Amino acid sequence: MRANKTTRVSSPLSAPVAALLFAGALAMPVAAQTVAITGGKLYPVSGAPIENGTVVIVNGKITAVGAAAAVTIPAGAQRIDATGKWVTPGFVNAETILGVQEVGSNGYADASARGDRGISASFRVWEGLNPGNTLLASSRKDGVTTAVVSPRGGFVRGQAAAIDLVEGSAPQLLLKAPVAMVGDFESPRLAQAGARGELIGRWRELLRDVKSYTLHKTQYDANQARAFAASRADLEALIPVVNGTLPLWLVANRASDIEAALALAKEFALKIAIVDGAEAWEVAGKLAAAKVPVMVGAMNNIPTTFSMLGQRQENAGLLRAAGVTVVMIGNGAGDPEGYNARNIRIEAGNAVAYGMKWEDALRAVTLAPAEVIGVSDRVGSLQVGRSANVVVWSGDPFEFATQAEHVFVRGREYTGPTREDELTNRYKNKPPTYRVP
Amino acid sequence: MRPHLFSVLLALTASHAVQVAAQPPAAPKPAADSAKKSPAPPGFGALSAPNADPFPSSYKPFASRPTVIRNVTILTAATPVIRNGAILLQGGRITAVGQTVSAPADALVIDGAGKFVTPGIIDTHSHLGVYPAPGTEANSDGNEATNPVTAHVWAEHSVWPQDPQFPRNLAGGVTALQVLPGSANLIGGRSVVLKVVPSVSVQGMKFPGARYGLKMACGENPKRVYAQRGPSTRMGNVAGYRAAWIGAEQYRRRWDAWLGGDRKADPPARELANETLAEVLRGNILVHNHCYRADEMMQMIDIAKEFGYKIRSFHHGVEAYKISDVLAKEEISGSLWADWGGFKMEALDGIRANLAIVHASGARAIVHSDDPSGSQRLNQEAAKAIAAGRAAGINVTEEDAIKWLTINAAWALGLDDKIGSLEAGKNADVVLWSGNPFSVYSRAEKVWVDGALLFDRLDPKSQWRTDFELGFVPASGGTR
Repeated sequence: MRANKTTRVSSPLSAPVAALLFAGALAMPVAAQTVAITGGKLYPVSGAPIENGTVVIVNGKITAVGAAAAVTIPAGAQRIDATGKWVTPGFVNAETILGVQEVGSNGYADASARGDRGISASFRVWEGLNPGNTLLASSRKDGVTTAVVSPRGGFVRGQAAAIDLVEGSAPQLLLKAPVAMVGDFESPRLAQAGARGELIGRWRELLRDVKSYTLHKTQYDANQARAFAASRADLEALIPVVNGTLPLWLVANRASDIEAALALAKEFALKIAIVDGAEAWEVAGKLAAAKVPVMVGAMNNIPTTFSMLGQRQENAGLLRAAGVTVVMIGNGAGDPEGYNARNIRIEAGNAVAYGMKWEDALRAVTLAPAEVIGVSDRVGSLQVGRSANVVVWSGDPFEFATQAEHVFVRGREYTGPTREDELTNRYKNKPPTYRVP
Repeated sequence: MRPHLFSVLLALTASHAVQVAAQPPAAPKPAADSAKKSPAPPGFGALSAPNADPFPSSYKPFASRPTVIRNVTILTAATPVIRNGAILLQGGRITAVGQTVSAPADALVIDGAGKFVTPGIIDTHSHLGVYPAPGTEANSDGNEATNPVTAHVWAEHSVWPQDPQFPRNLAGGVTALQVLPGSANLIGGRSVVLKVVPSVSVQGMKFPGARYGLKMACGENPKRVYAQRGPSTRMGNVAGYRAAWIGAEQYRRRWDAWLGGDRKADPPARELANETLAEVLRGNILVHNHCYRADEMMQMIDIAKEFGYKIRSFHHGVEAYKISDVLAKEEISGSLWADWGGFKMEALDGIRANLAIVHASGARAIVHSDDPSGSQRLNQEAAKAIAAGRAAGINVTEEDAIKWLTINAAWALGLDDKIGSLEAGKNADVVLWSGNPFSVYSRAEKVWVDGALLFDRLDPKSQWRTDFELGFVPASGGTR
């Protein structure tokens, strides 16, 4: 126990205020251009597909979406012929470490806080965001335009943020921060506990202490309060979670752990989502009834641990069929490691191969995550007034042979070569081309 | 088919040893005086002999019936694609492939309309059984990380046949795989080639007649694992390989002299590690070298030349594209990922066109996994690499890409005369896919090993469940 420890000082701004400021940062200059994407098959996600549709982008926003005949293209617009192509909202990968880790094993890694007894609620992973990270461009090139940057490791891991994959300064990338508090609900070790029951006890103690701290701040600051289960900064950071205004995303896999998380959420009136959820399909009805979203992958069927014995690729489809809001994340080719964040579309395709409806899989990588992170008014669908995060695909975006041919983020098309492209061009012929002629 | 330079070298340099191997030393005869009870004669393994096979395969093909698949698209890995074709499996072998085949009266006939047939997929880089699921300390048996050189260990002695990852690999269309020791060590030990079949023992999974492999590893892993005792640098790594080969060469000469002589003197002392390394130098064991960076691969090639062995396959080789011309010239295959990179410094320069560039240079490109999940979807990995090749201006056909999953992998394991393509006379390791195997929506629907139908997605009750899964893991359909 400790009280008044101030080695990690929280920002003087409360989280909601900070979020407003970041939203203000969105007023950055955007591509002041007008673009019309014509002739493609549009998948707005918020509505039915439109054959031979037109999308108009003006100053970073979508200003028209509809059938060709119903849309007037502004004079002077740059036209992109998408005949035979598929047009979707930019994809949202809801679990990444983009911008906070370049090389996993021993490069810079700013995704995991050290914390105290595994608690780092005040850790704002985005404050270490590096817009120069090369993986942003490689993900964007494959049609990922929005990403959730999630803290990793630990019992209370910290706060996640949503970013748009634009070029700019870190505040300019931010779409919303925080979007959630992330914590663990299955690994007692991370909470320095010895058993699951003890881990849940830690959660309960922590949440009660946040309530107590909220009521006794003055006494606390005068050193007249009892010791709490976390530092001042961490208690502060958890207030919106206890208030039910900031979602708590709990990593849990075993069906009984998920049920225990639902019970805790009910006890404290928390707004939760389940992350990973290998056995979530076994309690799909209860998740649907509790209106708890689940963030799952679709590429793992291995009983990797004793908490994942029921892991199967049908998970996403079964959850959706039961009425659960499903957000696709990676547990195979699209996991957060290395270059994999770009492969979220492959996870979605595999979900379809294992029973999820194609439209539901598309929603699970666009509008569903946008809704769960509270940014569906800006990204995740092709609608007038939304940010122009738009991708023109050569075909079905879940298929391997398909390329993302045009990628717009906030209205700007990104075409520059990635580091990978430069290496490919240098070495695809021998001897290598070290200098551009 | 390319000339097998490796086989030629083997014949030139190792003919003596190979002949000896075929005739292991006879056991000493019991003494004439039977008054004293003589001890049992020493077993076969008591004397060192190249190619000694102390843990012989006990695999027997499962029951099969003649099977014809008709009206199906066939990627043979040997010929152009056959559309609307047919294939006959009989007596554990492929007996006919073509536009039509004549089926025996008792044959099971499967209509393959809209579906694809390919050879069984072969993964050259697996740790199934040695790193089984669920991951526990108790069953973590893949790295004998006690010494930088552990040529004396054999991966098969760590394989748990009840690893539930085996049936999942079969369901992914994988019919044979090479299980390797991990990459903690400079020289990690012997690999083993397994058929993906249920068995109570690893011997029951061993591919009959398959040669052993030797796992070697470059770069970050050994120097990280042994940072305290050394090697702690890449130059330390190279010194370690060379020291091991110097010792092995002396050992090989001692033993070859004894085996080639009158064998009356006491044989030299056996050393398990050197026995394996000497077999590499004789050309009887194939070298599988984990190596990421181009510059390190070039050094490993020089080390192989210094001591007179060949590298059969570089594994991982995320920078293989930088030296694809050298790999082609040296006849070294590349067991590669489609798109892994960036997860450590030596993987920083991974590019998705790697397989396509290696292929276009004329070297054997292979899609490998090193991952129990990726191993189930090697077809999807190949599909990514086809697309990356096309994006880079390299046209890779599906007829080429199927070779990355089958015949090229079979060559890396020295089994290309038995498996890896759909040709009459070859083992009937065959996959029927629900659609084009390079589509994300296709799945292996039926899988045959030596002509026996061992996986049928449409018949969940028939599916193989390991002992571990009973009571723990829900069966297909959701009940535990």
